Amino acid sequence: MRNFKSMITALFLFSVLSLHSAEIEVLHWWTSGGEAKSVGALKTMLEKSGHKWKDSSIAGGNGVNAMTVLKSRAVAGNPPAAAQIKGPSIQEWAELGFLANLNKVAKANKWDKVLPKRFADHMKYKGKYVAVPVNVHRINWMWVNPAVFKKAGAKIPTTWKEFEVAAKKIKKAGFIPVAAGGQPWQEATVFETIVLGVGGAKFYKKALVDLDMKALKSKTMKKAFDTLRMVKSYTDKNAPGRDWNLATAMVYKGEAAMQFMGDWAKGEFKVAGKKIGVDYLAVDAPQTAGAYLYNIDSFAMFKQKSNAKTKAQNKLAQLVLSDKFQTIFNNRKGSVPVKLGVSKMPFDDIALRSMDALNSAAYTKELLPSMAHQMSVNDAIKGAIVDVVTEFYNSKMSSSKAVKKLASSVKAEM
Amino acid sequence: MKSKLNFLEHYLPKIVLAPTFLIMIIFIYGFIAWNFILSLTNSKLLPIYTFSGFKQYYALFDSGKWWLAMENLFIFSSLFISFCLAIGLLLAIFIDQKIKFEGFFRTIYLYPMALSFIATGTVWQWMLNPGLGLEKLLIDLGFSNFTFDWLVDSEMAIYTIIIAAVWQSCGFVMILLLAGLRGVNYEVVNAAKIDGASMPLIYWKIIIPQLGPVFFSSIIILLHIAIKTFDLVIAMTKGGPGFSTILPSMFMYDYSFARNKLAFGASSGMMMLFFVMIFVVPYLYIELRKKN
Repeated sequence: MRNFKSMITALFLFSVLSLHSAEIEVLHWWTSGGEAKSVGALKTMLEKSGHKWKDSSIAGGNGVNAMTVLKSRAVAGNPPAAAQIKGPSIQEWAELGFLANLNKVAKANKWDKVLPKRFADHMKYKGKYVAVPVNVHRINWMWVNPAVFKKAGAKIPTTWKEFEVAAKKIKKAGFIPVAAGGQPWQEATVFETIVLGVGGAKFYKKALVDLDMKALKSKTMKKAFDTLRMVKSYTDKNAPGRDWNLATAMVYKGEAAMQFMGDWAKGEFKVAGKKIGVDYLAVDAPQTAGAYLYNIDSFAMFKQKSNAKTKAQNKLAQLVLSDKFQTIFNNRKGSVPVKLGVSKMPFDDIALRSMDALNSAAYTKELLPSMAHQMSVNDAIKGAIVDVVTEFYNSKMSSSKAVKKLASSVKAEM
Repeated sequence: MKSKLNFLEHYLPKIVLAPTFLIMIIFIYGFIAWNFILSLTNSKLLPIYTFSGFKQYYALFDSGKWWLAMENLFIFSSLFISFCLAIGLLLAIFIDQKIKFEGFFRTIYLYPMALSFIATGTVWQWMLNPGLGLEKLLIDLGFSNFTFDWLVDSEMAIYTIIIAAVWQSCGFVMILLLAGLRGVNYEVVNAAKIDGASMPLIYWKIIIPQLGPVFFSSIIILLHIAIKTFDLVIAMTKGGPGFSTILPSMFMYDYSFARNKLAFGASSGMMMLFFVMIFVVPYLYIELRKKN
């Protein structure tokens, strides 16, 4: 009898507990060593709060493989609780009716206040939060090996004109001026940095965010293509197919002077044991000093069938934007907190400057979504733009033809 | 009792084959049909069934990138098949000269076939990369004017893929042709020898014509390897420089999954099927006619 009673009690307790805790599945493609460790912090925090994290990490293809899995799961009616989806894709998923409403959590945690409006808008569909941002990467950095500049007697450029002068000197001195990775997304990254530099923030927004036909066909865009061609002439011929981290290695090994890449490049310098400010510098890409080209990673939350799972999901959303996780994750991954007002204590110099730039750009209108990193336009249009850029980059196409082709291929996808 | 046995004898093969048959119907032909239906819709991220006729096909025919992919496939498969056959035949004839250690050489030439295309592609990518492989080696050896930079040249990159693919598959063709050579009727060959015909002439006029069926099956096998090629290009050039080495299979994958244009990707899949049919239907026709 006593046994029976305790069993009942145990069952009761168990059922109470399980009302409050649930296992939720999180689908993401943070699979490399550092990334996996960064996201592991979230898992630990979620499990401390009594819920269970079912990890569903899918490597490969820059997330394409993960998205393919997500699509098939969604079609089968069994999507995970949270999935790493970014940019306009969030709205596409929301439009199909898959995403949960997070407004309650958002209100309780004042997301509207702590997130820059532009970031918040990416997370919303028809005024409702459906996703939660994890981190911000700044794209428009130029990574510099100061020793190479010194040996070549060149000055670190702040404009594209100065860039050309410096690159010439560096080439003459026997170094490779620009370490480039010849993959379409890397070429597109350089291209959008140039568009921002040559045309300024307003032009960038018109052309690569609003897809204004006039801007796409404009002389400024033509000039951007010409500048891209000029930058290419200062890369080595072995660039095609090269991974971005190998290009970064060329900079810290002293073979190349500069690389245009987002702030994740910092991790490579750190792993190689290089010191910020001594062995390498991160400066604003030419003519983009006040602007902030951003790339945000985020988790979209899928509608769940049980209340317990929804609760766990809300907890996850709350934790992602907690100061503690924002600090741990971004410090490890090399990005900066997506939330304003997180303590700056543990961050390094580059991250601090990125945070400052973010703060100031949030007030001026120079906070801009990256096209190459799927933040500004949907994947079909992004693909069309990248195709033109990479075709131009790898052929002898003239810039006036590139501009025409850019406008017509964007139009075909709209 | 006898009738029962008769019944079994008559139906057992059909019963045993039924599950595989059913699976094939659903998972091959059923999905081909589904893919065709998808290609007529407006599906983007996920399948939806609002139909828009042949719109996707028009867009596909308008796409310069698609035609580049088709052109690449044409260059790749024609050169890949001809070089494999030529080199395979040459190797087979050499090995057929009753040489010592035949088994040893046969294994060496066949070995590349045991590698996956990813491994082949990675190794060849290293060897052909101007900054790492052949070009650097020869420059370091003192030939400072030597250049071999096809891999990073958008015009020539497709040919480096052919080199790697031929290296991998010509040994296999050699084995097929060697088996064919061993089946050649030697009475005729000996008769020709007595008549004073030279060996090259004997090969050209007597032996190679007898290998017709072997050539035919080799071509069919190589063709399907060529059309399926995906991983080799991914490992060697990732479709680059730019997208100069893109193949239809990569095109389809990219549009369906990375660019969320499911219907458009499906239409390119149908066109690939159509392309395969052009070659397979005549083959089936010949095979079926033989039986009748």
